[in-house]
Amino acid sequence: MDHLLWLIPAFPLVGFILLALWGKHLSRFRTAIIGAGSVSLSAILTLFIGLNFLHSTPADGHYSQTLWTWFEVAGLIPKITLYLDALSLVFVFVITFIGALIHIYSVAFMAADKDYARFFACMNLFVFSMLLLVLADNLLLLYLGWEGVGLCSYLLIGFWYENPNNGYAARKAFIITRIGDTAMAIGLFVVFYQFGTLVIPDILALAPTTWQEGATVTTVTALLLLAGGLGKSAQLPLQTWLPDAMAGPSPVSALIHAATMVTAGVYLIARMHVIFQLSPIAQMIVAGIGAATLLIAGFSALTQYDIKRVLAYSTISQIGYMFLALGLGAWTAAIFHFMIHAFFKALLFLAAGAVIEALDHEHNMFKMGGLKNKLPVIFWTFLIGSASLAALPIISAGFYSKDQILWYAWASEHGNATLWLIALLGAFLTAAYTARMLLLTFWGDAKTAVSHYPGKFMTIPLAILAFFSLFAGLIELPHNFGHFTLFSDLLHQVLPETILRTGIHGELPFQLLAFLVTFGGVYMAYIFWYKKPQLIEKLKQSPPLTHLYRFWFSGWGFDQIYHVLFVKPVVFIANINKDDVIDKFYQGITILMVRLNRLLSVTQSGSLRWYIIGLVVGAILILSIQLML
Amino acid sequence: MMSTPIATEIVILLAGLLFVLGIVGVIIRKNIIFMLLSVEIMLNAAGLAFVAAGSRWAQPDGQVMFIFILAMAAAEVSVGLALILRIYHQHKSLDIDKLKEMKG
Amino acid sequence: MKIHQLTYIAYCLKMNIFFYITAFVTLFSTIMVITRHNPVHALLYLVISLLSLSVIFFLLGAPFVALLEIIIYAGAIMVLFIFVIMLLNLGKETAAQEKAWLKPTVWIGPVILSTILLLELFYLIIAAQPSSYNLQIVDSKAVAISLFTPYLIGVELAAMLLMAGVVGAAHIGQQKKTVLHRFLKEEEP
Repeated sequence: MDHLLWLIPAFPLVGFILLALWGKHLSRFRTAIIGAGSVSLSAILTLFIGLNFLHSTPADGHYSQTLWTWFEVAGLIPKITLYLDALSLVFVFVITFIGALIHIYSVAFMAADKDYARFFACMNLFVFSMLLLVLADNLLLLYLGWEGVGLCSYLLIGFWYENPNNGYAARKAFIITRIGDTAMAIGLFVVFYQFGTLVIPDILALAPTTWQEGATVTTVTALLLLAGGLGKSAQLPLQTWLPDAMAGPSPVSALIHAATMVTAGVYLIARMHVIFQLSPIAQMIVAGIGAATLLIAGFSALTQYDIKRVLAYSTISQIGYMFLALGLGAWTAAIFHFMIHAFFKALLFLAAGAVIEALDHEHNMFKMGGLKNKLPVIFWTFLIGSASLAALPIISAGFYSKDQILWYAWASEHGNATLWLIALLGAFLTAAYTARMLLLTFWGDAKTAVSHYPGKFMTIPLAILAFFSLFAGLIELPHNFGHFTLFSDLLHQVLPETILRTGIHGELPFQLLAFLVTFGGVYMAYIFWYKKPQLIEKLKQSPPLTHLYRFWFSGWGFDQIYHVLFVKPVVFIANINKDDVIDKFYQGITILMVRLNRLLSVTQSGSLRWYIIGLVVGAILILSIQLML
Repeated sequence: MMSTPIATEIVILLAGLLFVLGIVGVIIRKNIIFMLLSVEIMLNAAGLAFVAAGSRWAQPDGQVMFIFILAMAAAEVSVGLALILRIYHQHKSLDIDKLKEMKG
Repeated sequence: MKIHQLTYIAYCLKMNIFFYITAFVTLFSTIMVITRHNPVHALLYLVISLLSLSVIFFLLGAPFVALLEIIIYAGAIMVLFIFVIMLLNLGKETAAQEKAWLKPTVWIGPVILSTILLLELFYLIIAAQPSSYNLQIVDSKAVAISLFTPYLIGVELAAMLLMAGVVGAAHIGQQKKTVLHRFLKEEEP
């Protein structure tokens, strides 16, 4: 079965090529078949290969397939090799499966768009790049996929390019992620300089023997790779692009900016976990950044009124949880939360997209409301997604994944009370903003009339995702609650087990506390935004709270800070050098030539006699020279 | 056969004089026919120099060159005169100063 | 022997005198060519110049070229000039026009320039070491052998040049009707 591995990324690539070359001449039906079909084929193939992998796991724990040698230069011989182990299997499964569902949803969602083929071409290219990223066996191929997804993200955020704001958002996303990518490229140079290879398994095998734990070079490399992950995964301090990236179509937000691409950073760190394990400082920074991000994004999510921006901030916050888990050494917990998050966040974005579509492109939650009965399918699926996001105990998948992280924040060897409290506060915020979003959108009075009703193509993917949002958590149950560890057992082939602090016991009180916090968040939202909305109005009267509200609303002022720190100086310098100093020299040459031309063109008077006189003078000069010599 | 030792330098001087007279003619005349005549004078001067040099070393090459010059002059005159005819028909004048269309 | 030598010296003297007289005639007639107002007069002086030049060629021991000068230059090419002058009907008006054109202000500059050029030429020629030699007549046979053995390519090229000259002259000289659009044509009375 492993020789078919290349087909998984090949299907979307073929789809992309077909749509990019002949997209204009294909009918909408055929475009949809190619666009959604290619990814669906990949998903089915992934299912087969995955089942085969689980059924008879190879002795060395991975399938690998070398297609060809990319190039050879000075000892750097990257090969186009696909590498499938438990970790990449999880990612490939999420990418192809959720990708296929989102493609099917898009068939209906984008039906009225004039650039139907371009949309599916970009989406297919994205799926291909993302698959390349997670299937790459060397860091260079991974980087190719990494840049590929960045490109597709740029193309799709700016999909509706007629609006200049969308183009601005696309450029912002591209440039900010580029900062991280540059750091990551430098990280790759360091890795190659140190190990002489970019093949990931070789690096992971060599690193513990070459590097000492806590050595500077280890920390620097880890931090450079982390910077790449921060840019891609929208973590502090490079998180500002993701809320603006919501300018793209909702399926794009669901696939790229929630389920897959933004978790590339999580994948990278999990993939290179040996290097991070060797550098406790770097790992501490990962945990710290994760914790800070989840809190900051949580507060911001509480103040947004655009439903997609709430989801964007919640994505940042949830990825913060994943980084926290990575930093804690809870590798499997991070990947588990990634998978569950992919399900429910994709579901939420798709449902939100359906709501926005139904209300004629209304993004403002305060203008929604009362949709509970009008859009029942969307309501129920959205409710399930929200429950999973808020980690509603027992019944939702999100509970199982987030509870693990909360527990490890306290109990793992890197865990401590501060991180645990932050994670708990984050859980409270998550519950609060999720409930707020749900209440504002579906309860209360109807403020905007429903103009479209979603069709089957949209509701079926929602239903499937809702199913997974409810039950996907059951493959990994807490220690004191069934202790069923299918998922972590699988991943422990690749990732190390989480080491707990000694003398820690009693998971139950913490879980109960998490219950309480979740319900507390939901209750707070219920009071403020449903039961007694006048309380909010009262709070708005006090100036400090209004300032705080504005501060949170603007995403903690990061955009403004960056504007002052980076944008203004660059624009200032650019203004000084508006007419390029170096260019002056070359312009001078041109001006000189033009002047000489004018000077000499006077001699071209058209008068034959002047030409002859010129000849005579020339003859006199030549003879004079002969006389003098 | 008796030889005639006419000083070659003097003959070359004569050729130089004729050539310069040709140049003067080309420059000072405005009429194209006169300019063409002056060009003929210059060509003759060059031919004279060739023949003088040929006779100085008793070689036929000088005369061969003169024959080539003759052929060239014949071709040049025929084309030149045809051009003069056309110019006269178009401009009704032979004034070279009126023909400045090639001004750069 | 002595008598023979004397005859030779007398012969040389005679030849030199002939040469200087013809040279003078050549120069004088050439000056007349470039200063005449009437084209026909100028043309006649040019014929004289060419004839005297052919005498110089003869004196230099090149009888074949001397004959060619008379036949082709003075004969054929000058006739072409006369044809053109007659075709253009250049008469007294042209002479008057030439007189008006040929002012000192026009010719003084070029003459000065040319004088400088001439002086330089003189100096360069006289500065060269003079050498005595025996003048030999190079007859038409030698010229013909030379022309058709080492210079054969040159002859063929000259033939092509003449061909091009003939075709070019025929093409340029033919009278073309001015092509005008039928709406732009003037109504015939």
